[in-house]
Amino acid sequence: MLPLKEKDKPIVQKLLSAGCCARCVLRFCCVSVQAAYRQAQHETLKELQTFIMEKENNKVQDSADIKPHDTESSQTVEDPPCKRAKLDPTEAVQSETDDAAMVTLKKEESSVCALCLGILQDLCGPDQAIKIVETVKSQNYEFDTLVLSVSLPAQLCVREHSCWLHVKKEVRQKGLVLDKDDVIQVKEAFKWIMQGLVTKQLEGVAVVSKSPFEVGVEFTHPDTESDCHFLAKCCPDCFKPTKNKQSVFTRMAVVKALEKISDVKFLEHYPCPPSEPSGSCTPQDIQCLHVSVFIAGRYNKFCRSLPQTPWVIDGERRMESSVEELIAAPILSAFRADGFNFSSSGREDVDVRTLGNGRPFAMELLNPHRSRFSKVEMKQVQETINKSSDKIRVRDLQIVTREAMSRMKEGEEEKTKSYTALVWTQKSIENEDISFINDIKDLTLDQKTPLRVLHRRALAIRQRVIHSMNVRFVDSHHFYLGLKTQAGTYIKEFVHGDFGRTKPNLCLLLKTDTDILELDVESVDVDWPPPIPE
Amino acid sequence: CEEKEKYYMKGKLCEDHCILQHSNRLCVVTLAETHPILQDGRAIKSINYQISNGCSRLNNKVSGKSKRGAQFLTDFAPLCRIMCSDDTEYTIYSCIRGRLLEVNENILETPNLLLEKPSTEGYIAVILPKFEESKSITENLLTREEFEAVVSKRSLSQPP
Repeated sequence: MLPLKEKDKPIVQKLLSAGCCARCVLRFCCVSVQAAYRQAQHETLKELQTFIMEKENNKVQDSADIKPHDTESSQTVEDPPCKRAKLDPTEAVQSETDDAAMVTLKKEESSVCALCLGILQDLCGPDQAIKIVETVKSQNYEFDTLVLSVSLPAQLCVREHSCWLHVKKEVRQKGLVLDKDDVIQVKEAFKWIMQGLVTKQLEGVAVVSKSPFEVGVEFTHPDTESDCHFLAKCCPDCFKPTKNKQSVFTRMAVVKALEKISDVKFLEHYPCPPSEPSGSCTPQDIQCLHVSVFIAGRYNKFCRSLPQTPWVIDGERRMESSVEELIAAPILSAFRADGFNFSSSGREDVDVRTLGNGRPFAMELLNPHRSRFSKVEMKQVQETINKSSDKIRVRDLQIVTREAMSRMKEGEEEKTKSYTALVWTQKSIENEDISFINDIKDLTLDQKTPLRVLHRRALAIRQRVIHSMNVRFVDSHHFYLGLKTQAGTYIKEFVHGDFGRTKPNLCLLLKTDTDILELDVESVDVDWPPPIPE
Repeated sequence: CEEKEKYYMKGKLCEDHCILQHSNRLCVVTLAETHPILQDGRAIKSINYQISNGCSRLNNKVSGKSKRGAQFLTDFAPLCRIMCSDDTEYTIYSCIRGRLLEVNENILETPNLLLEKPSTEGYIAVILPKFEESKSITENLLTREEFEAVVSKRSLSQPP
């Protein structure tokens, strides 16, 4: 028994004769009882036709009394009464509707709904649920719940608007108001029907409104795509051309234009009610997407010929492998993810080693097919990375939240770092010549953007502080220089002076030409991510 | 740093320049060791980046990664004029096309840098050639071997 009122009759009648399916009629009557949509279409249609053929004295309720006294068990969730209905007692609908209803019956059985283009007809039922579940199972995701996301062709909005105008005329004549926002959306009705069916097929996995695992259903209707085009002429400012050559008629743009366009203008360009479509929508491939998972850790780099990111010029790889690829490979495979975004708290050059506790890094794993890992399992993934190569080492590997990523970038700007450099001097030195360096504290440098990065960075002067240094004599032309510096200090340029563009520099301090032969990062002083005991 | 040297010889007066190009395509303009300024114990009286009434290389203001606002130089664009203690004056040229990123202001304060360290702290200017031209701009310049060949011919042809 459908929760329809007397005032709904003209709406039902108009929509059925306009070629709308039973469920779309329910939507326009603002029926929010989910079960009404779940029952078989032909049942709903029959009930609707019976309803409009009822004479006025068969009516049970006074239209002014809205609150439903539900005796039916089928009524589950009912929205609170809408503000829309301003009622006048109406005259009974005349019997001319009887003939119209009969005509509609014939049409309805074979035709595609002019409103939902078949989506609420044959495109939502147990068959579709089976197809969805088959796809999900074949892609082998690990999940407890899923959320159904539905993508509908933009022209449905135009058709909806047209039907609303069609009904508005009629409804206003009877002194009623139908607010467009109270009409149940196609998307909602579709989900009410499909969620339960999918849950049943998945043997209990709940289909909910929010889940890290999203199953996307998309429909297209190429035949009616041009339905939207007139809006571009009438409301050109709603449709900005996009950089990617995708259609400019997005759902959002179409909705915006429909809000702006006057009824008169709309009716000039678009039929009301909308024309009968030649076929149903075409369902696209079902897309599964799991929300990203974030992994953090610290890495050591023991190799002096390993870039952090893949080094490719003109499609040709210049150096084998990279820090991020060596770390990502075992993780991608364990989490069965499609891809990753790697970032770290600063970077070192290809020829620089990272020693000590290592440098913090974080990775976003895209579309992981597996997302739950115990501490033990994470340790195993870490072991796999460490066994795979002697060029790098990873520690403290753990799953973190998206918000945690910002903790890592903190380190890049704010925290201190320690280094050891092997320095060559042109002039001959003795231990006494360099020991004064041990006493230098908080030396402020003015560093112009180094020439070696000036092609891709802005020209600027940076002030950076070297907090302390220590020296270890090697021979008459070599010594080790330890430094503790502010984040962002260019060490190499401090040593060789960069054509005098970093001042002061070691050449000036030692009064000789110097160069840097080797550099190691000893520590990156960021206390994130939290250490994981071995 | 990987830097290659290329040489540019201007005119008969042996006003030789040496362009150092980094593997990232940036070029540093310096005086070659054969340049007259570096000969015969000359001292520098003044260095002037004002090359005309309307143009001073010191006014070069560069902003952003794409180095907007940089003065664009052709091969023959003058960078600065150097007056020596014996009243000889020399113009230093760009030698390559590109955006002027910076001129060396350290040599204004300490002209001796130019004499003592012409290939490092005494550099004249830094120029960024267009990406498409980064390889071709130095093709017209001489390699070290070619340069040395010309220099030795020069000293042979000079009267004793």
